[in-house]
Amino acid sequence: MGWNLIRLYAVLVYLFMFLPVAVVVLLSFNASQFGAFPMTGFSMRWFVALWENDAVMRAFRTSLLLGLLCALISTTLGILASLALVRYRIPGRNLITTVLIAPILVPEVVLAVSLLLFLNFIGIGKSFLMLLAGHVIFTLPFVILVVQARLVGIRRDVEEAALSLGASPRQTFFSVTLPLLMPAVAAGALFAFTISFDNITGTLFWKPGGVETVPTQIFAMLRHSISPEINALGTVMIVLTVGLPLLGASLARWLSMKRGV
Amino acid sequence: MGAVNLSDVVKRFGDFTAVHRMSLEIPEGSFLTLLGPSGCGKTTTLRMIAGLLDPSEGDIDINGRRVNDLPIHKRNLGLVFQNYALFPHKTVAENVAFGLRYRNVSRADIARRVQEALELVRLPHLASRYPAALSGGQQQRIALARAVVIEPDVLLLDEPLSALDANLREEMRVELKNIQKRIGVTSVFVTHDQSEALAMSDQVVVMSEGRIEQVGAPQEVYNTPASEFVARFLGAANILPAEARGIEGETMVLDVPGLPRLGIPRSRAPRLAGAGAARLVIRAEKLALTPVDAPADDRVSVPAMVEAVDYQGQSARYFLRIGEGENTHQVQAINMIDERPFAEGEAVSVRVRPRDCAALPLGTANGGGGSAA
Repeated sequence: MGWNLIRLYAVLVYLFMFLPVAVVVLLSFNASQFGAFPMTGFSMRWFVALWENDAVMRAFRTSLLLGLLCALISTTLGILASLALVRYRIPGRNLITTVLIAPILVPEVVLAVSLLLFLNFIGIGKSFLMLLAGHVIFTLPFVILVVQARLVGIRRDVEEAALSLGASPRQTFFSVTLPLLMPAVAAGALFAFTISFDNITGTLFWKPGGVETVPTQIFAMLRHSISPEINALGTVMIVLTVGLPLLGASLARWLSMKRGV
Repeated sequence: MGAVNLSDVVKRFGDFTAVHRMSLEIPEGSFLTLLGPSGCGKTTTLRMIAGLLDPSEGDIDINGRRVNDLPIHKRNLGLVFQNYALFPHKTVAENVAFGLRYRNVSRADIARRVQEALELVRLPHLASRYPAALSGGQQQRIALARAVVIEPDVLLLDEPLSALDANLREEMRVELKNIQKRIGVTSVFVTHDQSEALAMSDQVVVMSEGRIEQVGAPQEVYNTPASEFVARFLGAANILPAEARGIEGETMVLDVPGLPRLGIPRSRAPRLAGAGAARLVIRAEKLALTPVDAPADDRVSVPAMVEAVDYQGQSARYFLRIGEGENTHQVQAINMIDERPFAEGEAVSVRVRPRDCAALPLGTANGGGGSAA
């Protein structure tokens, strides 16, 4: 009896969380003019409308570029930072780790405002670069956490073996360390991309005038009306931000299964 | 001039000195073992030869060339680790080929040499497997193949057998030694296991607390230990306080309190110049227990009382009390069992050949490990 109540409760919680998402996805295929029930038929018209909406496509391209650059920079910096923190004795190592991880803990708005004020103070105005820098700060902790955890598990003697066999430190990194690190690097890059692609708070503060990302574009569109196009856009975002990491994770699992590592 | 030379090498970590002014010559083609308990500086020494640690002072030469400032990847070394350290993302063949890729070896030659190296360790059929699919012993043989395929100037082995289980360890010990002999590579082997050291080495370097206690052939360090530390570290030894009375011809005469006077061959007391305080060293397996009424022979015999028996199947370890009055000593003897072991509380006579005893001066410079056991 008690257990059944708990089960029911759990089901209700999940419904509460995911039903709205399901509704958005469902309604994005609605043929009706209005983004509401009842559904009048199955149609891809809102996806076509999205495709033909220049503002949305521009925002989409901006988000994509931003996400990819952010993932690239965050992952590169994250690998370098992790290597330094794990493989070398650096004075103040704990402090540096804390500072690098801090953006996860600080409320996003606070971080957004302070970065804006700081960059204004040193005379750098709003720009795409600033937006990118902000996103990198947000995503770097995730990359570092994932990569560090993996790096700790890569035995130093494997690298020493490569060195003893004649590989220079750089060759050792590219032929041994990086391949072994790859699952974490891929996971970190996916994290960085999806977090950047999703981000709205910081983006609202940092984006230069006239530049919209997908989330800020949705936000702007919602101010006029609730168009079914937004449902379609929501569906695309869900596919991207949920589907990509799932794909990445299963790819990583498949790769490591194949090697039996 | 050896293939590897260490001269006055010192390694400090902050205030701690891991290796004290160490000099060592490792002859071309020989198998040298650094033996000692953990923390004695043996691994530090190996890592300095490898180039994974920089000496704080002193020089390291490999084949007549000073390598202090040569990074590890330019030293042409083979390195074998306790935990195999194979590349988990590469197949066995790729692992073995790794070092050749950085040595301008043609593709065809790489394939041939990898095949030869795998045949050397008798695992050619595993070439396309990944390391995770291999047993510990197989992984260590692949690691050995990977290290020797590059024809290193020196092969460095850092406790390579310690991670294997007991039976496999002894099998690998023989195989490793055979391979080393066959390719004739100068080898430095680090271990804390005295039986590995005695079984495999041309030269054993016994180390303690960052210092060399003794360098010598296995039989030499076993039979004539240079210090109490060496005597205790290699096998079970009885060390008794003694007074050297002087040399009579080829015999060194010693008195141990409570026991009859003993004369041992001078060759067994090379570090004793004449009269003075000394230590008598007798290996536990050289002390033989006999019934009290057994006929006399060429051995020295003293009465003893069995205090405890540690039964081990084909042999037994006896703890005995010998000596008279105030001057009694506890000694241990390891004997094969004939019919039945002697019993606790039994009176026996314990015998030893004088040539199976050794003597050390008390408190020599390298005899610092007096209380270490």
